[in-house]
Amino acid sequence: MEVFEKPSAIIQMFHVSKRYSAKAALVDISLEVADNEFVFVSGPSGAGKTTLLRLLYMGETATTGQIVVDGLNLSRIARRRVPFLRRKFGIIFQDYRLIPSRSVFDNIALVVEAVGTKRQLIRKTVMSLLRTVGMEERWRALPLSLSGGEQQRVAVARAIAGDPKIIVADEPTSSLDHDSAEIILNLLKQYHQRGATVMIATHDTELIRSTGGRVILLKEGRVDAAAHLPAGTS
Amino acid sequence: MIIYFQKAVRDLRANLFLNTVTVITIALSVLIFSAFMLFFVNADGFLRHWIADMRIMVYLKPGVQPETVDRMKSRIENLPGVRKAEFISKSRAMDRFRDQLKRQSSLLDGLRENPLPESFEVRMDITARGWRNIEPVAREIESLNGVEEVEYGQQWVGRFIHVLNLIRVAGYALGGMFFGAAVFFVANTVRLVLYSRRDEVEIMRLVGASEGFVKDPFYIQNLIMGTLGGLLGITILYFGYRFIAANVAAELSTVSFQLIFLPFRISLGILLGSMFVGWLGCFISLRQFLKT
Repeated sequence: MEVFEKPSAIIQMFHVSKRYSAKAALVDISLEVADNEFVFVSGPSGAGKTTLLRLLYMGETATTGQIVVDGLNLSRIARRRVPFLRRKFGIIFQDYRLIPSRSVFDNIALVVEAVGTKRQLIRKTVMSLLRTVGMEERWRALPLSLSGGEQQRVAVARAIAGDPKIIVADEPTSSLDHDSAEIILNLLKQYHQRGATVMIATHDTELIRSTGGRVILLKEGRVDAAAHLPAGTS
Repeated sequence: MIIYFQKAVRDLRANLFLNTVTVITIALSVLIFSAFMLFFVNADGFLRHWIADMRIMVYLKPGVQPETVDRMKSRIENLPGVRKAEFISKSRAMDRFRDQLKRQSSLLDGLRENPLPESFEVRMDITARGWRNIEPVAREIESLNGVEEVEYGQQWVGRFIHVLNLIRVAGYALGGMFFGAAVFFVANTVRLVLYSRRDEVEIMRLVGASEGFVKDPFYIQNLIMGTLGGLLGITILYFGYRFIAANVAAELSTVSFQLIFLPFRISLGILLGSMFVGWLGCFISLRQFLKT
């Protein structure tokens, strides 16, 4: 594993391409994301937003090119080191991906345990996280008994459970109503203010306009444009 | 480790039916394999018991001189596998014959002279080498000057050993087949459980859970199932043995041989083997599943 001197950019991609047999999902992507940046990855469906995010936490591996995350070159990282890379990330999915047979508490405890929290601290940590997302009253509930917004709040709590440096959220608000979407976005902003880097993949231009921040626009697997939009841009 | 163990126990409870079937499958495999082992242990014991009692009778030609007898005795006792060669004089042979005939011994009173030959009673070592040597030893003795005839039960022993070896090979083959079947079954059970929990496993891996955190509870769970299956199989065998021993004891009362249960070392080996079955099944499934 090659470790670079820590750069101000927490994520760097150099000429990254990803192919699925005949189909090119990403083509020659080069970009940087600064530490503590709030970035949107936007573009139409099939543009490669999800693939780009998945490459960062090694949910996929790049076909060509180099990716460096917090000083770690992903093409040279040993298999056994992958869990340590992933602990740098908090991942939020469009479909929440909560375990339906486990309670809200257990869903978060799973991550708290997995990152090696001491047994005595697990309960305290989980309840504190649930308080952060306003779900402490529902700790016993099963995910399917919650609304979409509530499930996504639990998913946010799970994502930040390991105190990650980077949050990647794949269409986190696309299946939520406006109020729920705002709550989720505020939670992500709060976490960003605490020093984390946040990358959100979305095709919701309204959300980007209202929030502001850098936008990386993808089109057919290529970076089409990058711009910085101040909040409230119309 | 305590967390892994707790998770393993919780998962065992969560998939109780599937895990119970797996334990029963392992138990059946263990039962069949250990039943063969029990048979071999007792057959070996019986054979040793029989070999201990086995002898070669060497009948001498009439008129062999005492110094020749002494020379023959020392030559026989120096042969490999021979434990002891005892000279039986004509008169001693007759006394023994009388003893064997008991109440019918009066039949011998009419004999004008003792027709029984002088002989040697040769006893072999109570080892596998001892009975295997019996045929060459007998041939060697037969070639000695003054020997009329040599008698021994080698052919019977040979056949018995041959049958025993066939059963042993069949036992190993069956044991191997059941071992394979048990591993296959455990691997499939683990695969089913993994499949039903693939979201959970996926989430765990995405949040940076170490390989150990994901895999170890499965390994612990399957080691527990292997242990339970092994203990269950050996326990059923023990009760089966008690039942058979109680019924066969009466039949064997005339022989000093006694049925025994599997020695501790073999039982422990079987138990470790069944734990290994659990571990191996889990290893195979996890390797396949987590590769994807």
